[in-house]
Amino acid sequence: CPGTGSAQAGRAPPARDAPTRGSAAAGAAGPDPVSAAALRARLRAVRHTVLVLSGKGGVGKSTFSALLAHGLAADETKQVALLDIDICGPSIPKIMGLEGEQVHQSGSGWSPVYVEENLGVMSVGFLLSSPDDAVIWRGPKKNGLIKQFLRDVDWGEVDYLIVDTPPGTSDEHLSIVQYLSATRIDGAVIVTTPQEVSLQDVRKEINFCRKVKLPIIGVVENMSGFVCPKCKNESQIFPPTTGGAEKMCQNLSVSLLGKVPLDPQIGKSCDSGQSFLAEAPESPATLSYRNIIQRIQEYCEQHHLQEEKIM
Amino acid sequence: ADRANLAGVRHIVLVLSGKGGVGKSTLSTELALALRHAGKRVGILDVDLCGPSIPRMLRVQDSAVHQCDSGWVPVFVGQDKAIALMSIGFLLERPDDAVVWRGPKKNALIKQFVTDVAWGDLDFLIVDTPPGTSDEHISTVEALRPHQLLGAVLVTTPQ
Repeated sequence: CPGTGSAQAGRAPPARDAPTRGSAAAGAAGPDPVSAAALRARLRAVRHTVLVLSGKGGVGKSTFSALLAHGLAADETKQVALLDIDICGPSIPKIMGLEGEQVHQSGSGWSPVYVEENLGVMSVGFLLSSPDDAVIWRGPKKNGLIKQFLRDVDWGEVDYLIVDTPPGTSDEHLSIVQYLSATRIDGAVIVTTPQEVSLQDVRKEINFCRKVKLPIIGVVENMSGFVCPKCKNESQIFPPTTGGAEKMCQNLSVSLLGKVPLDPQIGKSCDSGQSFLAEAPESPATLSYRNIIQRIQEYCEQHHLQEEKIM
Repeated sequence: ADRANLAGVRHIVLVLSGKGGVGKSTLSTELALALRHAGKRVGILDVDLCGPSIPRMLRVQDSAVHQCDSGWVPVFVGQDKAIALMSIGFLLERPDDAVVWRGPKKNALIKQFVTDVAWGDLDFLIVDTPPGTSDEHISTVEALRPHQLLGAVLVTTPQ
């Protein structure tokens, strides 16, 4: 394996690269016909795909992706896959309590790392020699790894594929939409916080989705109010100076899936790799998350039924 | 023109994080305002091409940039209109337009921002960056290397 630092990195042939620690992968910008066929074959057994996007950083995409995955996997009859394509700042391994795990290769491809029997995870975090290693890659190399994640990971039969993305509207986002055109994306969940500085980036993300014809399942407003555990007073830590996600959703005709209040336990659970939903079942934030997860599930199931009717 | 436009800039400070949403743009803005308040000549270069936050923070989101003989003229902001600012935010037709660019196009614009903006004489140029360690960061450091790169300030939150 050339390793991420060598001059040969990014030039090694694809397909047979073993997912060793520090391995580098590369590929062309878009899927060639052979790759497209390989992607289609691999993703054929995925029933529903949900992208978690934002535009803005630090609003809770990874947190939400992880909790969505946990929430869906609570039904043991469902097989859930969580794919982290934030190559520079992969948060999913830590949030899912999987730091230090490695990816193994079998005859059928790379094995995801399993949190539960029915919840598998893949992230560049599992390929780093040390968690502090910086992945300093330009777009094409990032695209190559994302393609490998989709083509070479043996997810098996999956009911829900959740894809966590980095902030922005760039290589990773274009590539995932392009590569996933081999299967059907149910839609995108867009995460924001209430303040205008976030919303202005999120509007761009909504426009991105429209540009690439990606359906928008809806918007989640995180960090929406804080209730003091002592005096029970509610404060707006990130005041919605321009009407918050609610106004934005009205203006842009997208669904507001729900608002999640700030709860310091959320950050703690993420840091310790535990499911916040399991650690704080009584929190108002948990109730909000569960409602949102249910709405996403309903959207996906309805979507599926409509497609079946058309066929 | 390459060296000329940054020739009058005494110190360049990069504001970085890795993590998104920790307050890089907020800090860049406050740092620039504080330095200006202390009598320094200040400029801000916003290289977050997908999510440019600085124009709104300085209430100039509706401004446009103009050309002069030595390149692009920055937008002057702050109470005394003395802080020079360049951001892709000024080049968008509509504020909600998504900049959906792959790396090479982003790199080309960053190079232009560094070499083609007529910054004039500045004591400090603050460079606000997006989260990550990718195209924008590599290109910015490469383009700025021949100049007076003072160093980087890294921003984080406690978790």
